[in-house]
Amino acid sequence: MREHNTLGQTLQERGISRRAFLKYASYLATLMALPPSASRVIAEEMAKAHRQSVIWLSFQECTGCTESFTRSMSPTLEDLIFDFISLDYHHTLQAVSGAAAEHAREAAMKANKGKYIVVVDGSVPLKDGGVYSTIAGITNLDMLRDTAKDAFAIVSVGTCSAFGGIPHANPNPTGAVAISEIIKDKPVINIPGCPPIPEAMTGTLAYLLSFGKLPELDASHRPLAFFGETIHDRCYRRSFYERGMFADSFDDEGARKGWCLYKVGCKGPIAYNACATLKWNGAVSFPIQSGHGCLGCSEPDFWDKGGFYKPLSAATAGLTLGVGGAALAGAAAGAAGAELVRRKKAAAANAGKKEG
Amino acid sequence: MELLDFARGPALQFGLYVFSFGVAFRLAALLLLPRTKDLSKARANTPGVIKASGREIIRRMWPQPAYAEATRFTTINGYIFHLGLAIIVFGGTPHILFLKGLLGISWPGLPTNIINGVAVITFLSLIAALVHRLQSPVLKAISTANDYTTWIVTMLPVVTGLLAVSHLGWRYETLLGVHILSIAVFLVWFPFGKLMHAFLIFLARGETGTHLAHRGAQL
Repeated sequence: MREHNTLGQTLQERGISRRAFLKYASYLATLMALPPSASRVIAEEMAKAHRQSVIWLSFQECTGCTESFTRSMSPTLEDLIFDFISLDYHHTLQAVSGAAAEHAREAAMKANKGKYIVVVDGSVPLKDGGVYSTIAGITNLDMLRDTAKDAFAIVSVGTCSAFGGIPHANPNPTGAVAISEIIKDKPVINIPGCPPIPEAMTGTLAYLLSFGKLPELDASHRPLAFFGETIHDRCYRRSFYERGMFADSFDDEGARKGWCLYKVGCKGPIAYNACATLKWNGAVSFPIQSGHGCLGCSEPDFWDKGGFYKPLSAATAGLTLGVGGAALAGAAAGAAGAELVRRKKAAAANAGKKEG
Repeated sequence: MELLDFARGPALQFGLYVFSFGVAFRLAALLLLPRTKDLSKARANTPGVIKASGREIIRRMWPQPAYAEATRFTTINGYIFHLGLAIIVFGGTPHILFLKGLLGISWPGLPTNIINGVAVITFLSLIAALVHRLQSPVLKAISTANDYTTWIVTMLPVVTGLLAVSHLGWRYETLLGVHILSIAVFLVWFPFGKLMHAFLIFLARGETGTHLAHRGAQL
């Protein structure tokens, strides 16, 4: 692809018809619940658009988000969209390039000042000056601040960058925080998930390309198009929940019959994500369909919600001993109070006898 | 820490600790209080304590014919919301799972829609109880802040539970957090307000029955 081609020209060179491109634009518009007229705008704007500079920073993470992104089963046309994006820097993919990769990042920042998008996966450690994660000798904190200062927008991909994720889990030894806790002067879009759904990432980037503005976000800065409803609301097992039919374990009759997994700890009722509708691996399945409850991985602190297999309505703290201890203490206090009354009564009776 | 995490964790823990401490304290203090010995001789054919207590407890489950008309609303409405609350607490699957975490035992739950229906009836019944209390000059005169606080802390879990399952108002996780917080408030108030009647009512009626039988009342 020539550097200065528009997407429309690129698609023509690759033999993609305008009809196919319009279908793809409609798919994107539908995916994000946009009005029908938006598909035409998407098609027109994307066809006119030039390569969007993207700098991808990988911090405290497991590379699962990049794996999800690169192994997307999405339509081939969508891959072209990513050919269209100028991925000027990706730490994981360019690790062997060493200093040259860092130069590429700096060059991209200079050439696209104010226009480039920063995609971040992974949280940023703050403890001990941020020494727990560095790239080319630069702490994640310094690299993020330096890269974000001239960016158009920041896209936090994955729960680690969106909410701190697993590095942030108790006891959080590295002092890991989310990107939005550091960057306050730029728009930050969170696309959480462990990993996030590829279509949520590509759809959001396509929206930014097409409209040049942020999609509608919820209070946690997540695109409403993908994170507007809970897994529970769209779950195909919801009817079993309503009828009170639950799996009590992962190998009982209820589990075999595909009943609701609420009792075995499913966090679907509080997890906002599109797994139940878009699904995974080319829309083949998603965790609940495979027989496991939702972990709520797109929610803040999903690792510290009392255990993956503890039902949502159960208390998270261990209570039995404490409740028993409190009852014993209460009984002792009550007995002491009764004894006090008994002594007072006896003293009063003795005083009465003496007077008598 | 989000609201739901706080509610499921420290708030519920605090509520349960206060509840168990308070209930045990009140029961121990009451049952171990020194009693004045009844020096009168029991009437002939006086039934034993268990029999007299049991008879009185059963007899007071329904008003005597002379009072039936005057207390009809209170009796029937009282049964409706008490049974409703029992069905919700012991029949709703999320509630059973909460109790299982605490007691280690569980039982099959009722379908969600039945629980929702019972909750609506209970809600209306509690409203009717309050309206009746406010409209009756006698009831109004003898009502104290304790009565109204007890009504509020009983009503809050019903309302917030209904809102949570209906997803009305806030987002579900917020509603669920508020619902669990309302239960924590209920648990804290329980031992020190009129909710304690759940433990004391049968003790009090049994004691009354024993006294009455001792004096020769035909129960």
